[in-house]
This record gives sequence, structure tokens and C-alpha cells, in this order.
Amino acid sequence: MNINIASQINSFLAALVLLTAFGMLVQRRMYGLVHLFAWQGLFLSLNTAIVGFVADRHHLYISSVLTLTLKVILLPYILHVLIQRLKVHKEVETVVNIPMTMLIGIALVIFSYHLMAPVRELSTLVTRSTLAVALATVMIGLLMMITRKHAVTQIIGFLAMENGLFFAATSATYGMPLVVELGVALDILIAAFIFGIFFFHIHTTFDSLDVEKMARLKEED
Amino acid sequence: MKTYPFIIELLQIAILLGVSPALTGWVRMMKCWTQGRTSPGLLQPYRDIMKLFSKDVVLADNASWIFRFTPYLVFGTAVLAGGVIPMLSIDLPIASTADVIVIVALFAIARFFTALAGMDIGTAFGGMGSSREMTIASLAEPAMLMAIFTVSLASKSTSLSQMVHVIYSGHSLFRPSLAFAMIAFVLIALAETGRIPVDNPATHLELTMIHEAMILEYSGRHLALIEWAGMMKLFLFASLGIATFAPWGIASAGDIGFVPASFLIMMLKLGAAGAGLVLIETGLAKMRIFRLTEFLGSAFLLATLGMLSFFILE
Repeated sequence: MNINIASQINSFLAALVLLTAFGMLVQRRMYGLVHLFAWQGLFLSLNTAIVGFVADRHHLYISSVLTLTLKVILLPYILHVLIQRLKVHKEVETVVNIPMTMLIGIALVIFSYHLMAPVRELSTLVTRSTLAVALATVMIGLLMMITRKHAVTQIIGFLAMENGLFFAATSATYGMPLVVELGVALDILIAAFIFGIFFFHIHTTFDSLDVEKMARLKEED
Repeated sequence: MKTYPFIIELLQIAILLGVSPALTGWVRMMKCWTQGRTSPGLLQPYRDIMKLFSKDVVLADNASWIFRFTPYLVFGTAVLAGGVIPMLSIDLPIASTADVIVIVALFAIARFFTALAGMDIGTAFGGMGSSREMTIASLAEPAMLMAIFTVSLASKSTSLSQMVHVIYSGHSLFRPSLAFAMIAFVLIALAETGRIPVDNPATHLELTMIHEAMILEYSGRHLALIEWAGMMKLFLFASLGIATFAPWGIASAGDIGFVPASFLIMMLKLGAAGAGLVLIETGLAKMRIFRLTEFLGSAFLLATLGMLSFFILE
């Protein structure tokens, strides 16, 4: 496998990551979101392994396997169980104006391309072109957190943002040092458990996971 | 001036006229199989067209020339588009004067006149169908152009023959821009040819029909022409998709000995495209008309992403 083909596969996987990010932005169903999140993790993990192969950085293989176990298997499983326990799996979220959200997403992609263009000129790495996609994934995750009202969806948006950051690290500098990556992975895992506990608390207090209802301070009015 | 490009041109139009009902028949046949029904066979569309041609035309009293002229125009634009899209060989004399934007415009003219004809006789269904068709068109056309422009960017030309040539000889295996453009194109083709998530071609139920509502008042040879043009449109969109996204097997310029083989490959690819269409149609339910903005919006999104990923990733 020569560098050229590897870099093409890398670009293709980057495109798929971006596609899943947009998919999550417009997906209404809870399970659909979790599945898309798992797919994004899978593309990310494959991408990391390929970058590790091309750049001959063996610690990237470890981060790839870490991504696979954590973001493709463990986190989607935890979210799955949470959604089932909280009985929100049938809920179809009302998303405000999907075409508008999509257009904002496209604008974000263009913005991150513009922002990353000078960096791309300076960088000599094989992965330099995917940097804009990584930044766009972060921004789309942020957009998802802003536009959604359901707590579970907001968490998935947050995790998608983390995916984007990981991707950015891989494409900008061939990954962070292994210690940092292990730390982040552990943080994410702990965060998932804390989210789970908080979901149960929110659910028992407010009878719903809609964060709009948390703005109300009084019991009755 | 060589004569054989003109022969290929004529051959292509003959194939378009002759094979397009068979493609529709093939799609209907497989749809019957997937739904556990007995199919009327591959040749039923030919019988339908023959029967309609032998019948008299019944015209409404207040039908104007637009109503009578539209079937011929719709048929003519479809035939003309068949001369521009490379199906057998890229050696097409018309293709050098008409590029892919002209094809989109040809389809737009046909649609415009069908919508006018729908309103012309003044029935409620015709007007409703026209209004829905134009709503869909206004969303599908920009997405269609965006998808086509993505391919044009990759091949640095809007001429279809040139696009086929460049993509054929291109050595890059994974092009994210083309993959995005292809998914967008499939979504738009479903909308433009009136297939299931957008419009059900087999229904005459007043609440759901779009294309059928516009042509409800046609009869006899007018209806035959419009139905035939509809079948050709399906054929043309399949060939356009094949030419832009999977051109392997189309004979290159001057390679006349390859044309019979390229005909066989085209038949295989069309059969596969029909099978894919049946899979989509069987797997999905028809969408509510107000959800279509999302459907076509995502087609536009994919096409735009394709264009952006051309700049970002390639």
C-alpha cells in the first residue's frame, strides 16, 4: 500500500466522519443517533490506524484500538442501556427546522476550511487536508448541543465534539502523546457514568429529559 | 468528417426508444416479485403503449394548444437528451454542442410544459399536481446542478463526453467528492423520475399523486407519448448516473469495435440500476409531501458537501 492510496483512503474516511456528523445533526430518533455515533467512532478508529501505518507511529495503533473499544462498543452500549432504562427510546425529538440547521452546518464547514487553509499550506503531513474536516466535526457537535433540547442528545453532541478533537489531534500532529490520550479516554468513560447518574436524577426530578423544563424554578405557576 | 459518430448517435436514440419500456417493465416485474405478486411480464409496457396509440384522443372543450402540444414536446426533449448522454460511446456529435446544463434545462422545459398542461384544462387535480411538481422541482433542480457541478469540478468540464473521458482515465480510486455527489444524484433521480419516497408511479389516489395528477386528462396517443417519455426519463436518469459515476464500459473515442460490448455492459448496468431502484422502493414508504423539503434538502447538503470535499480533501 503506497502513501498515495493510503492518503486517499484517509480523505475518504474523513469525508465519512463528516457525513456521520451531519447525519447526527438531523437524526430525530435516539437509537439512530447512537448508531451514527458508533459509526463515526468506527471510521475514526480506521482512520487512526491508517495514519499510524502511513506515518509509522505505532502508538496510534493503541489509540485506534482504544477508540474502537470505547467509542464503538462501550459508550454506545452505555447509551443504549441508559435510553432503555429511562424509557426514552420511543421519543422522537422535535428538531427545529432541519434544512436551516443543515445550512448552518455547511456554513461551519466553509468557515473551518477558511480557517484551516493557512495551516494546510504550512503543514507537510499526509493528513493535513483532513484538519478542516476535524474542525468542522467539532463545530457541528457544538451546533448539535445548541440546537437540541433533549439531555441525551446533547451528550451525544458532546461526545461527537470529542471525536472531532481526537480527529484534529491525529491529523494535525499524528496524535497526542499516549499518556494524554489514555487520560482523555478515561475521562470520557468516567463522564459517561456521571452523565448516566445525572440523567436518572433529572428524570426523577423533572419527569422528563427535556432541558427546557429545567429553566423553570418554581414547582407550580 | 467521419460518419460513424452520427450512426452511433442514431443507434443511441433507437436504443433509448426501444429499450426504455423494457427497463420500466423490468422494474415493475421485480417489484411484483418482491411483493409476492405475479408480474405481467417484461413486455407489458410495450403492450400498454401500443394499446394507447390505437385509441382515440378525448379532448376537453376548453383545452388550448398547450395541452395538445405538450406530449410532443415532452417526447421530443427526452429523445434529444438521449442524443447528448453518452451511453455507448463518447463520440457524440451533439454532445459537443450540448453539455450537462442543457440536459437539466431540457428536463426543466418538459416539466414546465407538463405543469402548464396540467393547469390548462382547469380541473382541480391538474392544478394541484402542477403546484406539487413545481414545489419539488424548485428544490430538486439546485441540488441536481450542485451534484453535476461537483463532477464537473473533478473533470474540469461540463461536457458529458469529457466528464466520462476524465473519470474513465482517472487513477484516483477513492474520491469523496464523487461519492457524495453520487448519493445526492440518486436522491434527486428518485425525485425527478417520481419514484417512491417522493411520488408513487402506480397510484391514482387523489391525495398522494403528483405526476399522475398533471396528466390525468390525457388519453389516446397523447397519453402514450407522455407515458413513453416518462419511461425514457427513467432510462435517461439511469444512463446519466452511469455515465457520470460508473462510466466503465463506455467506448472511448474512435473505438468502434467496442460498441457491441459496451451495449452489453450498458444492459447489465441498467439491470443492476433497476434492481437497486426496486430495493429502494420496496424498503421505503412514500413520504409525506411536507417532509420532502428535508429529503431534497439532504440531497442538496450531500451535493454541497461533495463540492466542499473536493476543495478540502482533494
